[in-house]
Amino acid sequence: MVEALNLIYEYQTADEDGEIESVVRALDGLTVSVEEGEFLVVLGHNGSGKSTFAKHINGILTPKEGTLIVDSVNLDNEENIWKVRQHVGMVFQNPDNQIVATIVEEDVAFGPENLGVDPVEIRKRVDNALNLVEMSEYKKQSPNQLSGGQKQRIAIAGIIAMQPKCIIFDEATAMLDPIGRKQVMDTMYKLNKEHNITIIHITHYMEEAILADRIIVVDKGKIYLEGTPKQVFANVDEIKKIGLDVPDATYLVYLLNKEGLNLDNSLLSAEEVVNALCQLK
Amino acid sequence: MLRDITIGQYYPVDSKIHRLDPRTKILLTMIYIFGLFMLDTFWGYGAVILYLLMVINESKVPLRFMLKGLRGIVFILFFTAALNIFFTGGEIILAQFWIITITLEGVILAIEVGLRLILLIIGSSILTLTTSPIRLTDGIESLLNPFKKIGVPAHEIAMMMSIALRFIPILLEETDKIMKAQMARGADFESGNVVQRAKAMVPIMVPLFISAFRRAEDLAMAMEARCYRGGEGRTRMNALKYQASDKIAFIIGIIFIGICIIL
Amino acid sequence: MSIEVKNLTHIYNMNTSFEKIALEKVSVSIKKKEFVGIIGHTGSGKSTFINMLNGLIEPSHGQILVNGIDIHGENVNKKEIRQKVGLVFQYPEYQLFEISVFKDVCYGPSNLGLSQQEIEKRATDALNAVGLKQELWEKSPFELSGGQKRRVAIAGVLAMQPEILILDEPTAGLDPKGRDELFSQLRHMHKELGLTIILVSHSMEDVARNVEHLIVLHGGRLVYDATPREIYKNVEHLEKIGLAPPQIKYIIRDLNKRGFNLDENILTVEEAATHILKAIREGQ
Repeated sequence: MVEALNLIYEYQTADEDGEIESVVRALDGLTVSVEEGEFLVVLGHNGSGKSTFAKHINGILTPKEGTLIVDSVNLDNEENIWKVRQHVGMVFQNPDNQIVATIVEEDVAFGPENLGVDPVEIRKRVDNALNLVEMSEYKKQSPNQLSGGQKQRIAIAGIIAMQPKCIIFDEATAMLDPIGRKQVMDTMYKLNKEHNITIIHITHYMEEAILADRIIVVDKGKIYLEGTPKQVFANVDEIKKIGLDVPDATYLVYLLNKEGLNLDNSLLSAEEVVNALCQLK
Repeated sequence: MLRDITIGQYYPVDSKIHRLDPRTKILLTMIYIFGLFMLDTFWGYGAVILYLLMVINESKVPLRFMLKGLRGIVFILFFTAALNIFFTGGEIILAQFWIITITLEGVILAIEVGLRLILLIIGSSILTLTTSPIRLTDGIESLLNPFKKIGVPAHEIAMMMSIALRFIPILLEETDKIMKAQMARGADFESGNVVQRAKAMVPIMVPLFISAFRRAEDLAMAMEARCYRGGEGRTRMNALKYQASDKIAFIIGIIFIGICIIL
Repeated sequence: MSIEVKNLTHIYNMNTSFEKIALEKVSVSIKKKEFVGIIGHTGSGKSTFINMLNGLIEPSHGQILVNGIDIHGENVNKKEIRQKVGLVFQYPEYQLFEISVFKDVCYGPSNLGLSQQEIEKRATDALNAVGLKQELWEKSPFELSGGQKRRVAIAGVLAMQPEILILDEPTAGLDPKGRDELFSQLRHMHKELGLTIILVSHSMEDVARNVEHLIVLHGGRLVYDATPREIYKNVEHLEKIGLAPPQIKYIIRDLNKRGFNLDENILTVEEAATHILKAIREGQ
């Protein structure tokens, strides 16, 4: 679905007189490949380059160097970027700043309208999309009356109505409360498992990474760790070093092993740890 | 406090008036306003009020709700009335004190202008009360379309209006939040002279502008990510279509306003 | 400085069809120099509650006594209350407006009618207290990173020299590293400056590690008012009202169900590890 090869992206900071003060390398030779139908979580702290990477995938940012092939299309010219955007949707961080219309269903229709889809077909897609994110009862309402989690689900519906193959969630849970986060995460799993949509979820919450197919940990614009959740979270020292968290269960195993126990260091869930400990007693 | 404004609000019920094509309603409102300024007889005003009451009844918007919208213009109403009463010359003098003379002509003119203003506000608020903002902008876009050839950016105007409608409540709420935050830092917006008060607004305006720009940037990015490339090649889910009821409404409206003017 | 809240009730849009009860008969007391947490999800009434502590919203019924003075009573100087009870809103960096960090922090004290010297002293102290490096003080606040901006905003409130500091979700949007740094700064301020700190959060983990007294609100009502250790024993009930206790509490609970006999007061993973090791070694 996505083939990123040696991506480099730089931006400049200027001082008061507009002179270039320093050049920041946000992506430093990042190579990532995402399979179709995969649920990929990109973890990293603020400023690690994870969000910069996300914005490359549908051409919002263009790399200084490197190649990026999305959905078999090379993103090296403008026409191709528009082609890719039809199939690769993006949900952004701030729920308010991505809703265009004053009525929920009108907003969901915005994408397909831009693509020039037939009105009868748009109607069908909008109803389906709202159904899928379980927001049908709000379709005639103003988005202003909804909670953060509900607004994000409207944004998701707006992308589903474009019938995408892949959806990127660019820190889409960062501004939500725990209930809103759960709603959005549940919707993501549903889209991935039941509708086979490739999901790329950018976040700094490790809890949201546990159920992923694969995790990429990004630091300083490069891949720092990569693998299944079990493989990645087994590296407690490395993860803590770059300022990220590990699940309590994994951390407990890590502490116990330090004291001489010999537990499997890839345990993630409370249940697994409890089972392992009960065998020791 | 900012939520009390009813002018420009949409009242979501289902009625014959609500279902009319927005273009019909916009055009009829324009004809109505034009008609209002042609009126000059007692019977004419009576007929217009009757017409208005019939439309309001049909729209299922409570009259009370509409009258509430007048609260915002009470000051303007009194001001214009006072101007007319005190400064209109005339033959028949009703009262006289100091340098002020009140004439019958002045009083009549004051009533007439006041009535016209009230009818204007209520009449045009029917348009916004029965037409959702998005249908309203659709209507304006469609009516402006013929002028595209002479360079009127019809689609862009409509898009701007609809985005403004979406973000005004958000920015109002944000203003409230920033005000509270600065009040927690000891800001005082209530006392002091005009200059001091204006200065006290700086800590609100700067963060508000920055936030508005950030939102604009975010929104532009989100719109492009959803393949927005301007009006070219776009379709609409709810395309506007004139119905039989629109023709009927048109005919009734024009006849009625015609009668009012003739009377 | 202590706070005594008695029977606090607040109803939005009273006597209209949009009436909504935000708080109902909440009574709590907060002692001087306490580090208090208020937890509850969106709509629990926690925002309304803290706005009232600062005098920004008038309660419908009930009283708030700060050092024995009813802050919503007549003849009370609201400005003075707001100076003593500092309130840091959610995403406070959105209130920054000055051309330099230092000037922005000066804004609060300059509203208090102090001498220029005193204003600058307070700003300096506040910026030091939040641990912002001096080389950043003359920069525009908009050039800083998210975490740094937030510290500037907190310093802006600290410069008022409040005796009570209330923070609404101070770590929202920060990554784990930014969150940990901010919390350690808050603990430091609590200890060094002798501040009473009230921390509003919806993260059970965050409050578990930091506060000594926890208030749990749900649907506008007071549900718990005790120490985190005491409250976190009620794993099932907390879950029912939409608050997920830390994963470690589940591990302890399940281990105890299966024959372990661990202390229910355990809060952190480190404590749990020590107790589990002891239990296993004794068992062998």
